[in-house]
Amino acid sequence: MVQTDLIKDPHVLTGKLHWGVIPFHDPVVAPVMFAAIFGGLLLVAFITYKKLWGYLWDEWFTSVDHKKIGIMYCIVALVMLVRGFSDAIMMRTHQALSTSDTFGEGFLPPEHYDQIFTAHGVIMIFFVATPLMIGIMNVIMPLQIGARDVAFPFLNSLSFYLFLVGALLINISLFVGEFAAVGWLAYTPLSGIEYSPGVGVDYWIWALQISGIGTTLTAVNFVATILKMRAPGMSMMKMPVFTWTTFCANIIALVIFPILTVAIAQLTLDRYLDFNFFTNDDGGNQMMWVNLIWAWGHPEVYFLVLPAFGMISEVTATFSRKRLFGYVSLIWATIAITILSFLVWLHHFFTMGSGASVNAFFGIMTMIIGIPTGVKLYNWIFTMYKGRVELTASMWWVIAMLITFTVGGMTGVMLSIPANDFMLHNSMFVPAHFHNVIIGGAVYGYFAGFTYWFPKATGVKLNETLGKWSVALWFFGYFFAWVPLYITGFDGMTRRLQYIDNPEWQAYMYIALIGVALIAAGIGTQVFNIAWSLYNRNKPEYKDETGDPWDAHTLEWYTSSPPQFYNFGDVPYITDRDQLLVMKQQGTAYKRPEKYDRIHMPKNTWAGPVLGLLTLPMGFGFVWHIWWMVIASVAAIFACWVKLNFERDKDYYVEVPEVEAIEGGFLKSNEGRSYYFEKNAKYYKKWKPSDQNDSTVVAK
Amino acid sequence: MKKKLFQSTMLLSLALLLSGCELALFDSSGVTGKQMGDTILLTMGLMLIVVIPTILMTIWIPFKYHASKKDESYDPEWEHSSKIEFFAWGVPIVIIVVLATITYITSYSLDPRKELVSDKKPLTIQVVAMDWKWLFLFPEEKIAVVNEVAFPVDTPVKFLVTSQSTMNSFFIPKLGGQIYAMAGMENRINIMANEIGEYRGISANYSGFGFAGMRFKAKVTSEEDFEKWLEGVKASDQVLTGAEYDRLIEKTRDHKVEYFSSIDPLQFKNIIESFTGAQNGSN
Repeated sequence: MVQTDLIKDPHVLTGKLHWGVIPFHDPVVAPVMFAAIFGGLLLVAFITYKKLWGYLWDEWFTSVDHKKIGIMYCIVALVMLVRGFSDAIMMRTHQALSTSDTFGEGFLPPEHYDQIFTAHGVIMIFFVATPLMIGIMNVIMPLQIGARDVAFPFLNSLSFYLFLVGALLINISLFVGEFAAVGWLAYTPLSGIEYSPGVGVDYWIWALQISGIGTTLTAVNFVATILKMRAPGMSMMKMPVFTWTTFCANIIALVIFPILTVAIAQLTLDRYLDFNFFTNDDGGNQMMWVNLIWAWGHPEVYFLVLPAFGMISEVTATFSRKRLFGYVSLIWATIAITILSFLVWLHHFFTMGSGASVNAFFGIMTMIIGIPTGVKLYNWIFTMYKGRVELTASMWWVIAMLITFTVGGMTGVMLSIPANDFMLHNSMFVPAHFHNVIIGGAVYGYFAGFTYWFPKATGVKLNETLGKWSVALWFFGYFFAWVPLYITGFDGMTRRLQYIDNPEWQAYMYIALIGVALIAAGIGTQVFNIAWSLYNRNKPEYKDETGDPWDAHTLEWYTSSPPQFYNFGDVPYITDRDQLLVMKQQGTAYKRPEKYDRIHMPKNTWAGPVLGLLTLPMGFGFVWHIWWMVIASVAAIFACWVKLNFERDKDYYVEVPEVEAIEGGFLKSNEGRSYYFEKNAKYYKKWKPSDQNDSTVVAK
Repeated sequence: MKKKLFQSTMLLSLALLLSGCELALFDSSGVTGKQMGDTILLTMGLMLIVVIPTILMTIWIPFKYHASKKDESYDPEWEHSSKIEFFAWGVPIVIIVVLATITYITSYSLDPRKELVSDKKPLTIQVVAMDWKWLFLFPEEKIAVVNEVAFPVDTPVKFLVTSQSTMNSFFIPKLGGQIYAMAGMENRINIMANEIGEYRGISANYSGFGFAGMRFKAKVTSEEDFEKWLEGVKASDQVLTGAEYDRLIEKTRDHKVEYFSSIDPLQFKNIIESFTGAQNGSN
C-alpha cells in the first residue's frame, strides 16, 4: 500500500512493475506482508504434509455442489471480514490519535489512510457482505425449494472463482503497488487517469469488474433456479420467505450489475485509451458516472438487505414456534421494495444541484420505501406475538437487528429529506446511517441466518453461549462506535478526514474506538465459536443427528445435516408454505417413500477453477500494463472454454441402491422423534392428533 | 441485564442528543441553516413517535411471550389479522405522508438556489475548488482570496461555485447547506448569515490526499469591518495573473491564506470555459 513511482513507458515483460512497488520499508504493511507470506507457506506445507491436495481438488475446488460452493463463499467472506475490519480498526485508531495533541496527525499519511477507507468500503460490500449472503443463499435456497442443485451448477462454480479473483486482486494490491485512494465508489474525475495516475484505481476496476461479472452470473443462476426448479406443487406463493427474498434480490442484481459492468468498462476506456466519458474536459461528464454508479449502488444495498429480511423471517417463525405472521403482506412488501429500489438513486447526491423538483421526487420515493420496510418490522414483531419465543443465539441476532435497524431506518428517512441532506450530506452522519442499516439490517440478519443454518451446512450446532456473547458485543459495540459519530455529524464533521482539527471531537473519537474494540471482540468470539464447535463436533450437544435440530417448518430441514450430495432422497409434493411442519403433523415426514428414483447429478468440473482463476493473470496484467500476460490469459480462457464445450461427460446418475443405503441410515436417526407441536397439541385448532394419516388434509 | 444496559445506552445517547443545541447544525447562524437544522429536529422527533414504541415492542414482546412463560394465549396457527395488517401498513403510511409533505415543502423553500429575501443588495462571490484550497473571487470588487472569505451580516450572499479539478462540496456547516463544486459547471448556493462571527468552511466531498486540509475561514462581519477587510485585501501586492493562477493550480496541502488585490473580472467564466469550451459558457 505505498504510493509508487510511476513508470511512464511500461516494459514489454514487466509492464509498470518494479521492485519499488513492493512495500518492504513501510512500517505498517511490511510486517503484514511477511506474516501473510509466512502464514500462506505454512498452510501450503500443512496441506502438503497431510496429503490433502487431492481431497481438496476433488471434493471442494472442482465441486459444482451448491452446498460446498456456498461454504467456500462463506469462508472467503469471513477471511475478508477480518481484513476489512482491520481497516476499520486502523481508521478509528488513526482518527482518534489525529485529534490528540500527543500524537499530532495520527500514524497514517493521507496516501495510506485514503487507501484504507477505500479498501474498507470495497471489501466490506463486495467481498464480505455479498459473498456471505451469496454463500448462505447457495447453501439454503436450493434446499428450501427441494432442488437437486442450482440450475447451472458449472456457472455457480465459475461465479465463485470470479469473485475469488476479485478478492485476491484486492489483497495483492496490499503488497504489490497500491490500492485506489478515491473512496469506495471512485467518483470521477478523481478516479480518472489525470487525478489518479497510479495503479490503485486499476486494481479497483479489475477487482470489481471480475467479481461483478461473477455476481451477475449468480443472479442469472438463482433466478433460473427459483423459477424452474421448485419442487412439484410449490407455487410462488408457497415458497418460503427466504427464497422469495433471494428471488427479489437476484432480480435486482440482474438489473443493476450490468450497469456496474458498463460504467466500469467506460471508466476503463477513459483510463486506458484516453476516452472522455467522465473527464472534466472534452465533453466528459462526471455527473454521469455518479448517476450510473448510484443507479447500481443504491439497489445494491437492497440486494444486500432483502435476503437478510428473509433470514430474519425464517428464524423468527421457527423460534416463535408459530407460523410467520402476514406472509402475503411480507411478500408484497418485498416486491414493493424491489421495484422502489430502482427509483431512489439520486438521493445520494441532492447536493449536486439538480433543483427542488428532482430532489423532492427522489426524496419522497426514498421515504416511501420506509412503508414496506416498516410493514416487515411489524410482521416480525407480530410473529413473536402469541408465540412461545425461544431466545436462542439466532433470535438474539434477530432482536439486535430489529432494534438497530429501526434506528437506521429513522436516520435514513432523515437523510432522504433534501433540506436535511444539504446539511448532513457527507458528514459522519452518513457513514453512521449506512453502517446502521448494513450492520444492523443486513449483517445481523446474515449472522442470524448463519447461526440458524450452520448445523444444516456442517452438521454441527454452534455454541449458544458464545453466540450470545458475540451478539451482545456487536450490539453494544455498534452503538458505542457510531452514536458518537452521529453526533459529530450533527456538528459538521465530514467523513474521510485524514486528520481532525477540532479538539471538541476527541472524546467522541475515543468512545468510537471503544466501540470498535467491542465489535472486534464480537468477531473474535464468532471465529472462536466456529472453531470450538467444529472441534467438538462429535459431542452430542453439538452434533446434529436428525437434520432438523430446531424442529423447523421448511423443506431444507427435511434432509440430513449436512445434506447428502443429491440433497433429497425423495422430494415431496408441496401443499403448504410450512411443508415440513405439515408433513410432521401428518406423520409423513422422514418416512421411507414407496420407492426411490435414480437421481440425475452434475459431475465435478475442472473448468470452474481453471477458467475462473485464469482471469487473475488477466486482471493483474491489465493493472500493470503487462500486455503479453493479458493476451496469454485471454487466449487460455478461450481455449479452455472451447475444450469445455466439446466435453460430453458432464452428468451421471445416482442409482437406487446407493440412495436407499444412504437414506436408510438418515431415516433411522429420525425414528421415534417427538415434535414440539405434539407436546403442545391442545393449542393447535386446525390440526388435531387424529388428523394423522388423514389424507384428506393433504389434498387441497 | 441486557435490557438495563440497553436502556442506559439509550438514555446516554438521548442525553448526548439533547446537549445537541451546541452542535453546529442546530446552532446555526444562517437563515437557511437555522431552518434546515429545525427540519432535522422536527423530522427526527416525528419519527421517534413511531420508532420508540416499535423498539419497546421489540424488546417487550419476546419477553412477554418467552417460551418459559407458558403464556396461554399461545396460538401457533395464527398467521393473519386484518386489523393488525391495517395498522402495520397504516402507521408507516401516515408517518410517511406527513414527512413527504414536509419534504415537498422544504425542498422548494430551502432550495439553495432560491434567492433570499432582504432589502439589502445581494453580494455575489465566486468560489473555485482547487487542489486543495478554496479560491474566492469578488467580481465587483475585483479581488481574490485563498482559503478565507468575508461578507457582511444580514446580507444575502450568492455563491457561484465551480471546480478547477475534482469534485468538492462547498460547505459552511454553521451557516447553511452545501453544494457540489464541479469543473466546467456553475453551481450556486444562497446564504445569509445573521450573526457576526468566524465560521469553519470545509469541503464536504472527498477530493484527494489534501482533502482534510481543504478548509477556509468564513468571516461574517459588520458593514464597516467588511469594508476594512476589503481594504486589507486590496492593499496586498499580489495580483492574480495567469502565472499566479497556474501556481495555485499546483497541488498544495493546508494552503495558507492569500490575498490578491486585482483579478481579471472574467476569471470565473474563463475557468469554467477552460473545460467546456467557449461556445457553451458564453451565454
